Amino acid sequence: MVNLNVDLGRGLTLKNPVMTASGTFGYGREFEDLLDLGRLGGIIVKGTTLHPREGNPYPRMAETPSGMLNAVGLQNKGVDYFLSNILPEISHYDTRILVNASGSCLDDYVEVCRKLNEAQRVDAVEINISCPNVKQGGMAFGTTAAGAASVVKAVRKAYSGCLIVKLSPNVTDITEIARAVEAEGADAVSLVNTFLGMAIDVERRKPLLSTVTGGLSGPCIRPIAVRMVWQVAKAVKIPVVGLGGIMSANDALEFILAGASAIQVGTANFVDPSVSVKIVEGIEDYCCRHSVDNVTDLIGQI
Amino acid sequence: MKKQLIDFEIESRREAGAGCVLLKMRPLGAEMPQCEPGQFVEILVDDASCTLLRRPISICDVVDDRLVLLVKDAGAATHALCEASVGKKYSVLLPLGRGFWVDDNVKKVLLVGGGVGTAPLLYWGKALTARGIQPTFLIGARKSADLLLLDKLREIGSLNLTTEDGSEGTKGMVTAHPVFKEDFDLICCCGPLPMMKAIAAIAKERGIQCQVSLENKMACGLGACLCCVEDTTSGNRCVCQDGPVFNINELKW
Repeated sequence: MVNLNVDLGRGLTLKNPVMTASGTFGYGREFEDLLDLGRLGGIIVKGTTLHPREGNPYPRMAETPSGMLNAVGLQNKGVDYFLSNILPEISHYDTRILVNASGSCLDDYVEVCRKLNEAQRVDAVEINISCPNVKQGGMAFGTTAAGAASVVKAVRKAYSGCLIVKLSPNVTDITEIARAVEAEGADAVSLVNTFLGMAIDVERRKPLLSTVTGGLSGPCIRPIAVRMVWQVAKAVKIPVVGLGGIMSANDALEFILAGASAIQVGTANFVDPSVSVKIVEGIEDYCCRHSVDNVTDLIGQI
Repeated sequence: MKKQLIDFEIESRREAGAGCVLLKMRPLGAEMPQCEPGQFVEILVDDASCTLLRRPISICDVVDDRLVLLVKDAGAATHALCEASVGKKYSVLLPLGRGFWVDDNVKKVLLVGGGVGTAPLLYWGKALTARGIQPTFLIGARKSADLLLLDKLREIGSLNLTTEDGSEGTKGMVTAHPVFKEDFDLICCCGPLPMMKAIAAIAKERGIQCQVSLENKMACGLGACLCCVEDTTSGNRCVCQDGPVFNINELKW
């Protein structure tokens, strides 16, 4: 029997290292028919803001070689709607529920987190300082160490549970940002969010996204994400959550060996909506094959 | 209806004209799920290099517990599907979205199809017939060879055709066809966007209830990623989950 439990700090333990990435799994219920949500370590719900957001105009998505660009722009009904209408509907899932929180200014982040702090069923908050698809806030906070630190410093006072900070890869040195948020009291960091990208329809001579640029995800970014997780895991003492193009248990294990305590499955949910559970099973099989008693023994072996 | 992930095997294939192939697919290790007309499937074409996402394809028909898809060769993934031989297996996510619907007081229905958009009208036409409504079809294409599914549609309802070059039926666009002189309680349309907008304009002017099937670019097919949104009178809504079929009054057309 393999022990798959992992600990992300401040009381957030997961039954296994596999979570679903924000924005790729809705609120879990969209996938309810297709997999047993109780098999997952956690689900990270859609990016949530203080006020409702309509997001960006269509088209918001373009497939690219072994990946996709998106420019959804944090469409959501706001934190109050989430807490009163959605959270009660998903509370019975036998898995950790994490909320990805975003804002266009510091006060928004603080207010969202304050509201989430009062919700018992929210097991942790992932602060999104890395969304490339919003004009204000989002990635603007995540691309400088000072900006990232300012968000975490403010939010830390409003949220007493496990605070994970989702980092942008669109920076010169991601370890500098990771260290800055660690110093302000982040319990864990998750990386990477999407890479800023762009694609053009040459026949029409128009960008494929309404916003021209968008966030690149999928297996095409995986090697860069693995490298960044490896660098950050060596730079900080807090747990690292790895994501970026994970399609299989093998991919997930790459991140764990590179230093991730847990992983998130994102774009792969669109290709195989049941893949996250297959990844849990695959990690367990791997541990059995390699006589690994605790999955934590694998973390950061490289 | 519960969404399912089922492997399907191509049981038969035949060229349907206009670069389209009609695939009859058999579910493996599972019953054929109940599907509503106008719903779609997402098929994983993993033999096309570089494609990542599933491809949304409307349900053309369900016959003898087999799924029938009309596939147009329009890119790497659909090309691979069109070339696939009998016995080839694909993972299919189904049934997805909201299909066509009909109110009890509806008696006369016009089904307007353009190009490969004719596909869902076959299954819908059969369902209407089963409800005692014999549909009128209006099918348009650029030229005679591009008119699809005519033999099958003719078995279900009266068939009206238009071609832009006049090689078959009335010359011109579907909107120019005299069938619009008749009274209808409902028009359902699937085809190129300009065609659906033109039909919607006629329906609005005449005060006829009208449903259109959109095909916005999508990823998950489950209403989770919010990529395929349409700007509707009640904000951005997912074509994959809240559609693909919308009443035109829900749209900002």
